[in-house]
Amino acid sequence: MNLLTTTILLPLLGTLALALAPRGNTRLIKIIALISSLVTLVSSLLMLTKYKFGVTGFQLASSHSWFKVFNINYAVGIDGLALVLILLTTVLVPIVVVGGWNEAEGGRWSVKTFYMLILALEMFLVAVFAATDLFLFYVIFEVMLIPVYFLIGGYGRGDRAAAALKFLLYSLFGGLLMLAAVIGLFVISLRQGHGSFDVTTLSHLKISHNTQDWLFLGFFIAFAIKAPLFPFHTWLPAAARSATPGTSILVLGVLDKVGTYGMIRFCLTLFPEATKTFAPYIIVLSLLSIIYGAFLAIGQKDLNSLIAFTSISHFGFIVLGIFALTSQGITGASLYMVNHGFSTAALFLVGGWMVQRRKSTQVEDFGGLQRITPVMAWCFFIAGLSALALPGLSSFVSEFLVLIGTFTRYPAAAVIGTLGIILAALYVLILVQRSLHGPLQEGNEETPDLNWREKVAIAPVILALVLLGFYPKPAIHLIDPATSQIMLAAGASDPTPLAGR
Amino acid sequence: MLTTPALDYNLLAPILIVLGGALLGVLVEGFIGKAYRARIQIIIALIAVATAFGWVISIRTKISQVAAVDSVSIDGGGLFMQGAILALAFVALLFFTQNDHFAPQASALPGSIEEAEAIRSGLQMTEIYPLVLFAIAGMLLFPVAHDLITLFVALEVLSIPLYIITGLARRRRLLSQEAALKYFLLGAYSSAFFLFGGAFLYGFSGSLSLGVIRTTVASTGANHIFLYLGVLFISVGLLFKVGAVPFHSWTPDVYQGAPTPVTGFMAACTKVAAFGAMFRIFIVAFGAIQNDWRPLFVGVAIITMAGGAIAAIVQRDVKRTLAYSSITHAGFLLAGVIALSKAGLTSLMFYLVAYGFATIGAFGIVTLVRDSTGEVNDLNRWAGLAKKSPGVASAFALFLMSFGGIPLTAGFIAKFSIFTAAYESGNIAIVVVGVISSAIALFFYLRVVLIMFFKEPTDDTVSVAVPSFLVSAGIVICFVITLVLGVYPNLLFNLANTMTTLVP
Repeated sequence: MNLLTTTILLPLLGTLALALAPRGNTRLIKIIALISSLVTLVSSLLMLTKYKFGVTGFQLASSHSWFKVFNINYAVGIDGLALVLILLTTVLVPIVVVGGWNEAEGGRWSVKTFYMLILALEMFLVAVFAATDLFLFYVIFEVMLIPVYFLIGGYGRGDRAAAALKFLLYSLFGGLLMLAAVIGLFVISLRQGHGSFDVTTLSHLKISHNTQDWLFLGFFIAFAIKAPLFPFHTWLPAAARSATPGTSILVLGVLDKVGTYGMIRFCLTLFPEATKTFAPYIIVLSLLSIIYGAFLAIGQKDLNSLIAFTSISHFGFIVLGIFALTSQGITGASLYMVNHGFSTAALFLVGGWMVQRRKSTQVEDFGGLQRITPVMAWCFFIAGLSALALPGLSSFVSEFLVLIGTFTRYPAAAVIGTLGIILAALYVLILVQRSLHGPLQEGNEETPDLNWREKVAIAPVILALVLLGFYPKPAIHLIDPATSQIMLAAGASDPTPLAGR
Repeated sequence: MLTTPALDYNLLAPILIVLGGALLGVLVEGFIGKAYRARIQIIIALIAVATAFGWVISIRTKISQVAAVDSVSIDGGGLFMQGAILALAFVALLFFTQNDHFAPQASALPGSIEEAEAIRSGLQMTEIYPLVLFAIAGMLLFPVAHDLITLFVALEVLSIPLYIITGLARRRRLLSQEAALKYFLLGAYSSAFFLFGGAFLYGFSGSLSLGVIRTTVASTGANHIFLYLGVLFISVGLLFKVGAVPFHSWTPDVYQGAPTPVTGFMAACTKVAAFGAMFRIFIVAFGAIQNDWRPLFVGVAIITMAGGAIAAIVQRDVKRTLAYSSITHAGFLLAGVIALSKAGLTSLMFYLVAYGFATIGAFGIVTLVRDSTGEVNDLNRWAGLAKKSPGVASAFALFLMSFGGIPLTAGFIAKFSIFTAAYESGNIAIVVVGVISSAIALFFYLRVVLIMFFKEPTDDTVSVAVPSFLVSAGIVICFVITLVLGVYPNLLFNLANTMTTLVP
C-alpha cells in the first residue's frame, strides 16, 4: 500500500485496537494510543525520507475511484506544504497523549472513548492535508469536526456542551457555504469537458470573473471561520475555555491550520483573479485580527481565553502573509503555521499543567510559581517568548518572513502589522509577570514541579521551537517549491524590490 | 364484438401481490382467533411485501413498457420507486410488530366503556396490517400511473387507509383521532383539487393520458388557460401529499398524532410515491412548458426548505421536530424535481431511499423511548439518554446527522447530488437557499444530539424499552444502510443512474 495511505490508516488501526481493549484497563488504553501515535509518527517520518526535495507537484500520490457517477476519487498526494503540516500533526499527537496523560479522567465517557476520538481525529487531520480531490477534502473537512465536538462536549470544562455546539455550528455553516461553491466548481468543470474534483484539473478551468468572486467567497468564509479570522472568530475563545489542553492543542495547533492551508491550496490556486480582487479587503481583516486579538489577549483574565486570543492575532499574521501574494509571504505563512502549532502546544501544555495543579484557570490565581516550580515556569516562559516571536525562537523567522513579504506589496499593512509584535510582547510579558513572578499566591506553596512524564512531553516541543528558530532551512527548503508552484497557479509574481530604483 | 384488453399481469404483479396480501389479511382478521392473529397478519404482510419486491427485481429489465391499456407505465423510474417503496415498507413493517402502539379496538370511542372493556379483555384488533398493505398497493400504483384517472385512484387507495391508521394510536387517542380527522379533511380537499386539475387537463387535451397531454402541449402551444389551471390544481394536490409549504400544515399534527410506527412508514413511503408521481407528471406531461411552472416550484421549494427549518427550531416534541424536518426535506426533494433532468431523477431516487431509511430508523427509535405510561416524545426528557443507552442514542445521532447532511452518511451524498443536479440545471438560487436552510436545520438536529449526549440525565429521564428481535433488526438495517450508502454510494447510485427511463 501507498505509504501516504498507510500513514492515514494507521491511526484508524489504533482506534480499532482501542475498541477491542477492555474498558477498565486505562493504562493499557493509554499505552495503545501512545504506540499507535508513535507508529504513525514513524510512518510520516518515512514519508519525509522518501520525499524528493525541490521537486514540484504532488508526491507519493495514489488515486482510487470512489464515487463513479461524479468522478470522485480517493486521491491523495503531498507537496512540501502538506508534508510539513502532516508532520506537525503526527508529532503533536504523541505529545498530546503523553502530556495529557490523565486529562481524560473525569470526563463524561470512558478514557477509551477519549483516545478513540483523538486517534480518529489524527486520521482525519492527516487525510485532510493529503487529499488532492476536492470532494474528499470537503468530506474530511466536515467529518473531522465530529470527534472534536465530542471531545469538547464530553471531556471539557465549564459550559462545554454550549461551546461544543457553537464550534460545530460555526464550522458546519462555513462548510455548507463551501459545499455550494464546491458544487458550483464541479458543474463548471462539467460544462467545460468532463466533471472532475481533481485539484490540479480544477485549477485549469476558465471561470468568469463574477462567478469566481462568488465561489471564492464560499471557500474563503469557510476557511476564515476555521482559521479563525476576525470577525468569524467568536467560537474560538469559548472552545478553548472548555476543551481539555490536549483537545485545544489539536484544535488550535492543527485543525485551525486547515483553514489557512485551504486558503493557500484552494482560494489562491483555484480563483487567482478573485484572490486579487479580495486581497486588499482580506489584508484589512487580517490586520484587524492581529490588533484585535492582541488587545483582547491583554485584557483576558482566563488563561485559556488568553491563549485563544493570541492565536487569533497569530492567525492574522498567517492570513496576512498568504494574501500578500509574495513568495516570502506565503513561505512565511506556511512556516508560521508549523511554528504556531508548536508554540500553542507549548502554551497549552504548560498552561494545562498549571491549571491542573491550581484547579483554576484565572491568571491572577497563579503567581510566584517561578520560585516553587522553576522547570514549569521556565517552560511556560519559553513558550511565551515563542508566542511573542523572540529572535532565536522559530516564530521569529516566520513572522519576519511574513512582514517582509507583506512590505514589498503593502508597506502600510506591514507597518501596522509590526504593531502586533509590540502588543504581543505586552500580553506575553504581562501574563508571565502575573503568573510566574511577583509574590507567591496563597495556595501555590505546595505546587509540585513537572514530573518526568511532563518533561518528556514538553522537551520535543521546546526543541522544535529552538531548532526551527536557529536553523529553519530544512523546513523552508521543503515549503519553497510548493510556494513557487502556488504563486505560479495564482498568477502572482513578486514585486521588484524598491531599493533598486 | 368486444376484445378483452391485455393487462400484462406480469408487470402488474407487484401491485396485485400486495393487494392479495391485504385481502388475505381481511379474511384472517375475520376468522382467526386472537391468539395467533397478530402473528399471522405480520407474516402475511412481510411475505407479501417481500414477494412483491422480488417480483420487481425480476422485471427490472423491462424498463420501457406500458401495461393495462396504457394506463400504467412500467419503466426504470417507476420500477425503482416501486422497489424503494417495498424495501422501505418492509423495514417499516418490522416496527409494526410492537402491537402496544395501536388502539385495541379502532371503532371504540376514546375513553368509552367499550374501549375499557377491550383493554381489560386483552383484545387487540389487527386490521392495521391489511390497511397498510392497501396503502402500499396504492403507493406502488401512484408512481407508475400513466393517466389521470389511474393517478387519482392510486392517490385515494394510498390515502384512505392512511387516514384510518393515523387515528389508531393507543395512547393519547384524542390527539390521534384529531390528527386523523385533520388529515382526512385536508386530504379530501387536496384530492378534490387534484381531480379538478385533471378535469381542466381533459378539457385542454381531450384525453386523460399523460402521453396525449404531452403531445397536445407540444402541438397546440402552451398558451391555454385550461392547461395552466390544470397544472396549478394538480400541483396543489401533489404538493399537499409531499407536505410542501404552504400545504404543510397537516404534517406536524399528523406525524405527532399517528402511532409512531405508522408515522415512520408514512413519512418514508408516501414521499417516494408522491415524488415519483410528481416527477413523472411534470416531465412527461408538462416538460415542454417547464419554464412556465418552474418559477412556481422554485418559490415553493424555497419557502418549504426555509419554512420547515425555521419552524423546527422552536419544537420541543421529537415527532413534531421530525415532522418539520420532513417538510424541509420535501423542499430539498423539490429541487430534484425542478432540475427535471436525468441527474435530477437519479439524485431524487437516491435521496428518497437515503431519507426514507433514516426516517424509518429515527421513528423506530422514538417507539422505544418510554416511561411507565408509554412513549415519551418530550425532548427535554431525552436528556442524558446516551448515558443509559449509548447504542440507541448513537443510532439516533447517526440518523439525525444523515438528515443534516454530514459527510459519510447517506444524507450527505443525497444532498450533494440533488444540489448538483439543481445547480447544473441553472437553479442556483435553490442551492443557495438550500445550504442556508441546511445550516438552520443543523441547529436543531445537533440540539437533539446535545440533549442526548451532553445533558445530565434527570430524575424523569426516560428509559429505552428492550427491543424485540425484529425491531432491533429494523434499526440495524436502517443504521447500516445510512452508513454504507454514505461511505460507498456507488452501490445504489449506479443502479439509480441506469433506471432513469420514463415512458413518454
